[in-house]
Amino acid sequence: MFPKGTKRKFSDSGEEPVSSGDQVPAAPSVATRSLTSSYSLQRQSLLDMSLIKLQLCHMLVEPNLCRSVLIANTVRQIQEEMTQDGTWQIMTQALAAAQCPTDRLVATEVLCRQTDAAAQAGQSPKPFSVGGLEEGYHAEEVVMEGDVETEVTMSTLAPVSPQLSSASYLAGPFVMGPCWDEDEEEEEEEEEEEDGECEEDEEDDSEDCVSEGEEADRDHLSPDSRTGEQVFGTFEIKHPAPPPDPALEELFSDVDPSYYDLDTVLTGMQSAPKMGPYDLLESLSSHGPTALSSSSSCRSDLNELDHIMEIIVGS
Amino acid sequence: MAGVAGGNDFQWCFSQVKGAIDEDVAEADIISTVEFNYSGELLATGDKGGRVVIFQHEQESKNRPHLRGEYNVYSTFQSHEPEFDYLKSLEIEEKINKIRWLPQQNAAHFLLSTNDKTIKLWKISERDKRAEGYNLKDEDGRLRDPFRITSLRVPVLMPMDLMVEASPRRIFANAHTYHINSISVNSDHETYLSADDLRINLWHLEITDRSFNIVDIKPANMEELTEVITAAECHPLQCNVFVYSSSKGTIRLCDTRAAALCDRQAKFFEEPEDPSSRSFFSEIISSISDVKFSHSGRYMMTRDYLSVKVWDLNMENRPVETYQVHEYLRSKLCSLYENDCIFDKFECCWNGSDSAIMTGSYNNFFRMFDRNTRRDITLEASRESSKPRATLKPRKVSTGGKRKKDEISVDSLDFNKKILHTAWHPKDNVIAVAATNNLYIFQDKIN
Repeated sequence: MFPKGTKRKFSDSGEEPVSSGDQVPAAPSVATRSLTSSYSLQRQSLLDMSLIKLQLCHMLVEPNLCRSVLIANTVRQIQEEMTQDGTWQIMTQALAAAQCPTDRLVATEVLCRQTDAAAQAGQSPKPFSVGGLEEGYHAEEVVMEGDVETEVTMSTLAPVSPQLSSASYLAGPFVMGPCWDEDEEEEEEEEEEEDGECEEDEEDDSEDCVSEGEEADRDHLSPDSRTGEQVFGTFEIKHPAPPPDPALEELFSDVDPSYYDLDTVLTGMQSAPKMGPYDLLESLSSHGPTALSSSSSCRSDLNELDHIMEIIVGS
Repeated sequence: MAGVAGGNDFQWCFSQVKGAIDEDVAEADIISTVEFNYSGELLATGDKGGRVVIFQHEQESKNRPHLRGEYNVYSTFQSHEPEFDYLKSLEIEEKINKIRWLPQQNAAHFLLSTNDKTIKLWKISERDKRAEGYNLKDEDGRLRDPFRITSLRVPVLMPMDLMVEASPRRIFANAHTYHINSISVNSDHETYLSADDLRINLWHLEITDRSFNIVDIKPANMEELTEVITAAECHPLQCNVFVYSSSKGTIRLCDTRAAALCDRQAKFFEEPEDPSSRSFFSEIISSISDVKFSHSGRYMMTRDYLSVKVWDLNMENRPVETYQVHEYLRSKLCSLYENDCIFDKFECCWNGSDSAIMTGSYNNFFRMFDRNTRRDITLEASRESSKPRATLKPRKVSTGGKRKKDEISVDSLDFNKKILHTAWHPKDNVIAVAATNNLYIFQDKIN
C-alpha cells in the first residue's frame, strides 16, 4: 500500500518539528550527502514530491483547485522554512561553488533523447525553445503568491550555464525535466520522482508546460529567480540514484507512447487535449500575455490559444 | 432515539447490499453521493457515470413480519452526461457530486442533482393508471374515423403497472466557473445555494437564467489564492443563515440579511492550532471536507482528515466536541500525501435526533460516535459480513506493536477501499454506506 524500499522515503515517524535548528545540515555536498532520514532531506523530499504533484494534472479534466492550492501552500511553507533556516542560502552557495554541469547534462541527455534527436535533425526542438533557455528559468507561478521567493521555490531546474543545450534546459523545467522514455529505469539515478513526473508530463502536453514556463520566464526574470533555479539545480545534482518509486512507476506504466510524439501532441491530433499543467496555469493564474520567442508555427498557434484562453478564463 | 454502539444497546445488522460483486469495479459505477429524502422513504445515490438510482422503502409485509422493510430500486435515470467545454478544451465530468431532496409537496418527488458545473431539478412521479376508452382513438392508438363514431363515452382510468418517470424540470447552468462541491436547499423551500471552489450562488428554484452571487473569495490576482471553499450548507431552520467551510479549516457563518454579498462573515469558527502537533501537513489535514448542521440547527459538524468536530453555533473559538476518526494515520501522513489519500474528502452525517454522528474511513470501515455516552464503534462494510440480519462485529485497528487477534494493523489497511459517503435515515436507525460501487444498508436489530 505504501511505497516501500525507496531510499529517499520519508521515515513515517510523525511530525517533523519546525524548530529543529540542530538538524539543519551544514553546507550539503555530494560527499556528505547521506541517506539517513535527516530533517532537511526529508523536507527536500517533500518539496520534490509537492512540486511533482503540482505538475500532475488530469489530461482531460480540469485539475482539482483545492488540491492544487493545498499543495502549493505546503510548498510555500517549506520554502519559507528553508529560507529561515538559512538552508536556502547554503544550497545556493553550494551550487555557485559547484562545477559540475556535466551531471545534469548526462542525465538530461538521456532523458531528453527525443529532443536531442530532433535537434540533430536540424529542427529546433519544438516545444523547447532555445530562446527560453537564455532566460533560463521559468516558474510554476500558477499557485504561488506574488513574492519572488515563492516563485523561486516553484522554479524548475534550468541550466546555470548558458552553453548547455536545450536538452539540458529540458531537464530543468517542470520539476526535474521531462523524460521521454518509459524505460528510463536505469537512468533513474537522479530522477526518481522526476521519472514519474516526467512520464506524466508526457500526458500533459509537455510543450505546453514549457510554453507556460516561457511565459513565466518573462514575468519572473530576476536575479533572485536565478538563485532559486540554482537551488533546484543543486538539488538535482545532489541527490543520488534512488530506486524508482514503484508507486509512481505503476501510475505511469500505461502512458500511451504516442504522447511521446511531439508532432502529434502539438498538432493536437490526439483526442485527449493534453493541456494539464497548462490548464492549471490558465485556470489559476492571470499572468501576463504570452510572448514566446520561438518562431515555430506550432508555438504560435499555442500562443494564440494561450491568449484566448487566458482572456476567457481571466474574465 | 437509539444509541450507537453494541453491548446491551442496539446493534447494527446487515440488511442489504446493492451493486455488483465483481472485483473489477467500473469507474462509472463508483457511488459519489448518497442521500435519504425527508421522510426516509426514498434513498438516492449518484455515481461517477452521471446516473441517479433511487431506492424506495417497501412496507413490511404483514405475512412476513421478520423481514424488515427493504429498499428496492424505484427509479434509475441518467442525470448528467459528459460534456466538453470547447473553450477550455476540457471535459466536464458527469459525476454526480451531490444530490439534495426537496421537501415533498405533492405526489411527486423532487431532487436536485449536480455535477461540476450544472445543477438539475428532477421530478420523479409515478404513473399507475392510464385512461382507456378514448373516443377519437383506438386502444392501440390509431385514430378512429370520426364518421364512424356513433356514441360518446367517457374514458375510464384503469390501473396499469407502476411506472416511475423522472423528468428534468429545471436546468441551472453556466453559473459556476469552478467545480461545484455543494448544493443545499433553503428552509424556505424556494431557494437553494450552490457552492464551488471560490463562489457561492443563491438560486430560486423556479428561475434558471439568473442566480445571485452571495460569496466570492476569488482574489483579484489568482496568484494570491491560498484558500478555497470546500463545503456549504443552509441552516435547517433559519432561511437567512448559511455556512461555508474552507481548505484552511475555518467555517464562516453568513447572514443574507446583512448584505447582498456575504463576504464578511457574521461568525468565524476556527480552532486554534496546537503548536505541538504542527507539521507540513497541518494545513492539509485541517482542510474541512464536509459541514453539516444538526437537525436542531443549534450545532454544526465538520469533518477534516483525521477528526470530526461538533461546533455550537454560539461559540466560535473552538468546537464543543472532537472525535478522532483514525488518529493512527497521523504518523502516516507523508505516505498518505504521496499516494494522494490525504486529499480524500470524507463526509459526515447526524442521526435523526442529533445524538449520534457517523463518518467513513479506510478499509471500508466507518465510524459512529454517540454524543451522549461518548462511546464509539468501528464497523466494516464488506461482503463477508453480509449475511441477512447478521450483526456487525466491531472492528479495531491496532496501533501498538502487539496486534490482538481480530485486530488489523495500520499497514494492512486497504486505502483503496474508502467510505466517503454515508447517510443516516432521518427518523429510524437505518444507515446507508457507500463502499466504492456498492451500497450497504444496515439497520438496528430492534426496529
